[in-house]
Amino acid sequence: MVSYIVFLLVIAGIYALLAQSLCLAWGVTGLVNLGLAGFFAIGAYASATVVKWGGAPVPLGLLAALAAGAIAGFVVCVSTLRLRDDYLAIVTLGFAEAVRVVASNEIWLTGGTDGISGIPAGLPRDWGQGFHLASLAAVSAVVGAVWLALRRLVASPWGRALRAVREDQVVAAVAGKRVTRLKAEAFAISAAIAALAGALYGHYTSYIAPEIFQPLVTIYVFLAVTAGGNGRPTGATVGAYLLIAFLEATRFAAEVVPGVSALQAAALREMAVGVALILLLRFRQRGIFPELNQKAPA
Amino acid sequence: MPEALIQALINGVIAGTILAVPALGFTAIFAVLNYPNFAIGALATVGAYAGWVGNTAFGLPMAAALPVAFVAAALAGLAVQWMAVKPLEAAGALMMAIASLAAGLVLENMLRFGFGNELRGFDLPLLRDWRFGAFRVGPQQVENFVLALACMALLWAFLRFSRTGRAMRAVADNRDLALLRGVDPVRVAAVTVAVGAGLAGMGGMLVGLDTSVDPLVGTRLVLSIFAAAVLGGLGSIPGAVAGAIAIGVAEEVAVLAFNPAYRLVVGFVAILAVLTLRPAGLFGTRAG
Repeated sequence: MVSYIVFLLVIAGIYALLAQSLCLAWGVTGLVNLGLAGFFAIGAYASATVVKWGGAPVPLGLLAALAAGAIAGFVVCVSTLRLRDDYLAIVTLGFAEAVRVVASNEIWLTGGTDGISGIPAGLPRDWGQGFHLASLAAVSAVVGAVWLALRRLVASPWGRALRAVREDQVVAAVAGKRVTRLKAEAFAISAAIAALAGALYGHYTSYIAPEIFQPLVTIYVFLAVTAGGNGRPTGATVGAYLLIAFLEATRFAAEVVPGVSALQAAALREMAVGVALILLLRFRQRGIFPELNQKAPA
Repeated sequence: MPEALIQALINGVIAGTILAVPALGFTAIFAVLNYPNFAIGALATVGAYAGWVGNTAFGLPMAAALPVAFVAAALAGLAVQWMAVKPLEAAGALMMAIASLAAGLVLENMLRFGFGNELRGFDLPLLRDWRFGAFRVGPQQVENFVLALACMALLWAFLRFSRTGRAMRAVADNRDLALLRGVDPVRVAAVTVAVGAGLAGMGGMLVGLDTSVDPLVGTRLVLSIFAAAVLGGLGSIPGAVAGAIAIGVAEEVAVLAFNPAYRLVVGFVAILAVLTLRPAGLFGTRAG
């Protein structure tokens, strides 16, 4: 039981990073990233290949993931930043699919649909329970660090400018903000955070494969961020832990529905996720931690 | 020209014409309601299952199963619009798009709950391909092609000659002016969603006829649909047709050069290229 909870807390921490990534792009800047699962995958593969095939230490793998995520984020968003915001949504959705197709077919690099197994963790796996606790400490520390950094960024003049871009690009531009550049920066940083989450996931579970990075992951994160409050790093982080609690609760709930096969139970859970997101968007759009109005600097 | 390339062109034009049907649905909803409806893949799947049930359980021929697909997907599309998307109109296009994505997930899993993950095939006679010299075309392929053309001809007539169709084009063209002239926006929006979703449903069934039906049959089309609509210019009706045929051909030709699995990536690359070089697409006017 304890090991189950520790495992869930590590996974929730990884989702918290994804939620923080989406908070910066969507909540603060207004850029909808429907390809979150793709950036998650990019980071997982970048770090896993560098560490496993390249023999680099894990911290270097994490850096590689951050770099790969930021570059991918920049390339994906750059062509759409001057267009209506829904173009970015379309491109990112396509990006996640393209990543999955490439990961499934470039067997020499990614192991194809078999994935990559035996990814080193950087922590000794033979510690048993100690390994999971140490991983929990490490992942939670990263979540805390990113949370602090995002809070600083969001409260900084840069963060204010991002919110101005979100509210009205024309006004922000008239006020002298470099709208395109701000959006590109926010999106690239956000993509790097998602990639870091992927790297940590690979090192913790030791196994990654294309099927892990399904579009459903993206919807989970939207649910988490909407529940917590999409404009605040605190809201996104708390939302991710609530998401994992909700997903586990639906797992048990689906098991007690009588006369339902395993496949049908899984379908019911995914329906619950979709319905929860629709209801939250409609009735609790500002989440548990609504964005606060910031006082203008004196 | 090498024969393989000509064969790929033939297949591509046929596949592209079928792709044009759901792409028209997506672009019509974008033109009138001003948001990208990400439930379009799931709506295509709804149509595919409805057509399959009509065909295998009630023995309907394809031309009669197609309206069944249209009606089922249109009803599902209206349900998505009223329950998930419309309440978010004030929150903007992006919120509507996200809600439609969530609604698509719900639809997909309702189908999975009811029908399971098995591949379902239509009740089709096995026919030998027609050969023209070195080239071959399946009779079923030709039937699907003709059915897709018929769908488009009906849509064209509807938009051209019916009062509602003209109202739809008026709203797409200039919303404020159309409202000023007494067009009922609620009615036009409802008809557009029904027609757009219905087109997606018919497209899903036509693709299901060509391959098979499973809960992801429409979702697999989504990238190609987006690519067709963006290439033609989001919101442009002739653009969606031209874009779909271009994407269909590009996918078939790409299969000659690369691993067949990469046909999915063609759509993504096309979207990136169009948005970088000419964001308004072939026929579009607005992208800013």
